[in-house]
Amino acid sequence: MTVFSRGFRGKHHRDDRLPPGQYLTQGFPVLSAGPTPRIPLDRWEFAIDTETEQVHRWSWEELTALPSETPTVDIHCVTSWSKLDTRWRGVSLDVLFERVETAADYALVYCYGGYTTNLPLEDLLDGKAWIAYGYDGHELAPQHGGPARLLVPHLYFWKSAKWVRGIRLLHQDHPGLWESAGYHNYGDPWREQRYADD
Amino acid sequence: MTRWRTVRLAGAHDETAGSRTLVFDAPDWPGHLPGQHVDVRLTAPDGYSARRSYSLASAEGVELTVERIDDGEVSPYLTDELRVGDQVEIHGPIGGWFVWRPATTPVLLVSGGAGIVPMMAMIRARRAAGVRAPFHLVHSLRSPGRLHYASELLSPDPGVRVSLLYTREAPGGHPRPPGRLTAADLDGPGAACFVCGPTGFVEAAADLLVGLGHDPGAIRTERFGPSGS
Repeated sequence: MTVFSRGFRGKHHRDDRLPPGQYLTQGFPVLSAGPTPRIPLDRWEFAIDTETEQVHRWSWEELTALPSETPTVDIHCVTSWSKLDTRWRGVSLDVLFERVETAADYALVYCYGGYTTNLPLEDLLDGKAWIAYGYDGHELAPQHGGPARLLVPHLYFWKSAKWVRGIRLLHQDHPGLWESAGYHNYGDPWREQRYADD
Repeated sequence: MTRWRTVRLAGAHDETAGSRTLVFDAPDWPGHLPGQHVDVRLTAPDGYSARRSYSLASAEGVELTVERIDDGEVSPYLTDELRVGDQVEIHGPIGGWFVWRPATTPVLLVSGGAGIVPMMAMIRARRAAGVRAPFHLVHSLRSPGRLHYASELLSPDPGVRVSLLYTREAPGGHPRPPGRLTAADLDGPGAACFVCGPTGFVEAAADLLVGLGHDPGAIRTERFGPSGS
């Protein structure tokens, strides 16, 4: 039974591009679990580790030499803000997975600083995800995940792991940091999957 | 489906000039860990609803301190409109990361502005649990009038040290000149650290702690604000 709030009118954010329960922000809020790691580019690397222990690695030079894309996407944070038409530069995961042989169904994304998040591998492929290193025409700032973060905008933004270091491919799903701390395992904003019991 | 719990406002008072503490009557509240938050949902007569997250200030029961954001959608209603006896819906408690669980490890709490709310919950939970772990609260605020929970924080609480850092205007006789948080205001490694406040404050404080030699893995942060940069 809905409880009505006497005298509450609300601002009626009813943009078709806003998932349920979200409001628009013009800023770019930051949400993270710990200090911002600083990773020198000459020691930075990104890896994909498969379930058969094959490891594919890219240095910063190798990653940024790959063909990049400039997706413009809407992003939705579980704390209810959404930001429309954000402009990124990065490498599609499809490019990085070109030579990866895998039969795994799940991915565990791990990061400099220790953060992890999990998602089905299929949510990273077919043009749905990038390793992003540019934002709004500039380098990606450390507080927003620079030098590089995962960008997987169709899920709540905690899945777009900042300071990404690699992706481990697994036969079984393994919950990440927030997914182990009460947040939803999948996190589809259009189905408002915020918390474990949603 | 999210389970929403209907709670009734049992009491309220102004906490600072821009914030109000709300105490809700929530008979079936399951309890929570200090540092956890709830989502509050308001629903308009036409069915439109809006939800926002607020940290719990209490060790037991549901007490929130809400900062009024002038052009906000939910906070002005909670600070200006909601009256004792009115109902709202809440979901929670939520979060299992930025929480303190009773232990003997020393704790360093570093907050800016309204970031003090979950710290207050931790200090209250320490007291309620009778734990002797030393706590040090380092709290940055603009001026004396911006102090939340003033009488409680200024009363002695054995084992809890409170350092107030005024950034613009300090009360007469305060030993530290007004200014932003520096490394000299913080303790060295050996404590579990919790940092909460606006993004710029949290970035600066966490960087200072890392610079002092704290293990980054022992620093838990929570940021808030209507928007960041």
